[in-house]
Amino acid sequence: MKNQKCKGMRDLLPEDMLRFRRIEDVFRACCRNWGYQEVRTPTLEYLHLFTATGTLTPGMLSKVYSFLDWDGWSGERVVLRPDGTIPVARLYIDSLSGQTLARLFYVTNIFAFEGTGKENRERWQCGAEFFGGAKPAADVEVILLAEEVIRKLCLSNVGLQLSHAGLVKALLKEFKLSPAEEAKMMSRILEGDWQALTKAKSPNPETDRLVAALLGLKGKSSSFLHNIKASFPKASRDFKSSLEDFISIATLLDNQGCRYKIDIAAMHGFEYYTGICFQFLAAGEKIGGGGRYDNLVPLMNGGNIPACGFALYVDPIMKLLPLEKEKKGKSGILVKGQELTPEIVKTCFAVAESLRDAGYPAEIEFAGRDESNYMWVILVSGKGSAPFVLKECKRKRARYTGASVAEILKVVNKG
Amino acid sequence: MKDYQIGYIKLALPKGRFLSPTASLLVEIDLGFEGYSNGAKQYRLRSARFPSLFAKILQEKDIPIQVAVGNYDLGICGLDWIEEFVVKYPAGALVKISGLNYGEGGIYAVASAQGKIASLEELSARRNDCRIVSEYPNLAEAFALNLRMRRFRLFPVWGAAEAYPPENADLAVLWGKSGAQLAAQGLIPLKRLLPVTAFLIANRESLENKNLSQILACFSSKLTADLPTSMENELNSFKKQKITRTLWLAKEINLALPDGHQQAPTAQFLKRAGLTLQGYSEEASSRRPSADLDWLGIKVIRPQDMPLQVANGNFDLAITGEDWLLEHLNRFPSSPVKKLFALGFGTVKVVAAVSQEMPVNNIDELRTLVQSSTDYIGAPLKVASEYINIADKYLRDNRVSPYKLIPTWGASEAFLPEDADMLIDNTQTGKTLKEHKLKIIDVLFQSSACIIVNKDSLASSDKKEKMKFLTQKLRAGLS
Repeated sequence: MKNQKCKGMRDLLPEDMLRFRRIEDVFRACCRNWGYQEVRTPTLEYLHLFTATGTLTPGMLSKVYSFLDWDGWSGERVVLRPDGTIPVARLYIDSLSGQTLARLFYVTNIFAFEGTGKENRERWQCGAEFFGGAKPAADVEVILLAEEVIRKLCLSNVGLQLSHAGLVKALLKEFKLSPAEEAKMMSRILEGDWQALTKAKSPNPETDRLVAALLGLKGKSSSFLHNIKASFPKASRDFKSSLEDFISIATLLDNQGCRYKIDIAAMHGFEYYTGICFQFLAAGEKIGGGGRYDNLVPLMNGGNIPACGFALYVDPIMKLLPLEKEKKGKSGILVKGQELTPEIVKTCFAVAESLRDAGYPAEIEFAGRDESNYMWVILVSGKGSAPFVLKECKRKRARYTGASVAEILKVVNKG
Repeated sequence: MKDYQIGYIKLALPKGRFLSPTASLLVEIDLGFEGYSNGAKQYRLRSARFPSLFAKILQEKDIPIQVAVGNYDLGICGLDWIEEFVVKYPAGALVKISGLNYGEGGIYAVASAQGKIASLEELSARRNDCRIVSEYPNLAEAFALNLRMRRFRLFPVWGAAEAYPPENADLAVLWGKSGAQLAAQGLIPLKRLLPVTAFLIANRESLENKNLSQILACFSSKLTADLPTSMENELNSFKKQKITRTLWLAKEINLALPDGHQQAPTAQFLKRAGLTLQGYSEEASSRRPSADLDWLGIKVIRPQDMPLQVANGNFDLAITGEDWLLEHLNRFPSSPVKKLFALGFGTVKVVAAVSQEMPVNNIDELRTLVQSSTDYIGAPLKVASEYINIADKYLRDNRVSPYKLIPTWGASEAFLPEDADMLIDNTQTGKTLKEHKLKIIDVLFQSSACIIVNKDSLASSDKKEKMKFLTQKLRAGLS
């Protein structure tokens, strides 16, 4: 019988893992440099953690992997973590809420059912969350941190898009929908269906004009937002205060020389955002996103703590990342025993240990094997006065013959 | 591949509520099947008119799944079971061809008139846990999610959902003839989720690749275009009903009694034990019989649902079958439910059976067959059972691999041999199995009715005395 992989699941092969680790390493190093501390949350959480906050849309909640645990007779269901931020917020509330400021980061997998077969059902993300950080500086911090990670990964043609959840919510209020209709409209917007908003009839022609302007125009600096402010003096108070917040963040980003595009439709997926929302796109694909979510911690009964954060999506980034030339074993040494006798095996392990102690990766082999993947091969015959032969694979010649491991190391050191 | 399936068009026909009207419809459109009538003895039917048409009578709940997985090209069943499937598996291979213009009532979300919820608004504003009971767990979940309920727990039940609110659930999602009929039962219909009409459904791949036109043409005069089919279109909220609401009072000890086959012997047993009940006899049956003990609350629910309902504390004790207790304990090994004593009636054997044509006589031979000749059964082994956790454990313990479980709602014999290779089900005499050309290869265990209790209730200082009194009284009924 053939062993088959679960539908929607993906194996990461050695080359994939090289890419994966590179992303992770760059991300970890950047986060640490900015003062973020790593955390890890469990794979299983209670379903109610995600329903109670009302922060995942019903569409997203209908795709979670939920089930009854072995002691789930009370009907309390658990889920495979469908989102990275909410569990970290729970961790913060459970264990770290004594700190008014907490900068946390994580590398985690999340699970969501995906029926088209085009995407994975298990996805990896690198995320950072800043609890207690006040706007607009904290918003700018998380954007710049994400940018730095992307820059250090040498990804080219990455675009940053900005939107503002407060602005969108204020805009939606102008349509004077019933709470149920408003929630439904918000879900559609979050699923990317902005047409729904243009089709809806607002009671006020001024609102239609505003919607048309915001959806039709894409700004490239804070000036655009100033223009919007000047063109719509009759906008609601909520709208104006969100716009002010947006302007202050955009201005700070301008000062940092950060390039972005303002696209009100660049808000996708999560209902918990309350302020700035941003996403990174490369080759037409979303590779990361984040924003401010000031209501999440209060909704989880964690006190009035503002927060913002972002996540980079490892799977699409892996596709874009060029593989570095450091192929497996290229700099490594193969210790090859001529025969499988107890003495030779013992010698091989001892030689390999000395090499590893000196900082060289060393593999042991007894059967015949292609040597071209290695820089050096040490043939161990165990015979006479010259039990070792050091071969340089590239030039196919012997560089040392003798009995001294120290001499071998000298040659290898010289290269 | 089984010869008799090649080139055939397979139609799944419903048992139960839609059997008579479906049979009449089929006769009317000249597509009748001999033997498709109430009390049908055979599950497999051949069409007199189309030699290539083959039909099987299935539980309605099973039809959408069986059509979606491609065991049947076409099927007829109620919209409720279709939506229950589609709401969970929207990308599934199921196509609704058309409504068939018969059916009754709808699926409603209801609360109890004696409970604390009287409208949808109250429900979505509710901050604390909401317990929902339903035979339609997927529809109930979609309802809760769309309403953005903050916290809810879902209890799938085999039946009798209307008996749960208000004491044992805040909300039920169930079938009702009409809002008025539900109100007459002391329930408040909060929302009608969908109408229940019969539908003709098809497997997508069959519809795309197989010529079903002759059969579909027969239905052409009956197809109706625009029936409301999804929950979205059907959001008739009920106006708040002005009922004088008296809130229910909790009883100290709660007992669950079975409906169905077990009801008559249980009633006799209770009589022997000297427990006088009103409303638990064939003449006058209620979901809430009363006893001459004022501290005892009694409800009549499905025996399958009892272990879970005792575990979660809704009931302190119940009369159910040992089979259902074991099924529960296999699923929840640390459950606080335990058997107090067996009652000796309602005895069945839980057996593993296969087709008489399968060249195996015991589970060891079956294991060898599955491992060695996957061609014979077309691996994995398909096992139909209404006891999925018992079946799972049995197959694991006997190292049968690979296998696939097909959950059923009773009458697993209908699945063999086309749609399953083996069944694990209960039997009294083995007669039905023999009639369907099946043979028993193993007896897993014998099961009879028993009293189950919640260990915590037995130990609780508030309940201890009364539990002792009651269990002693019940023990006296053992003949």
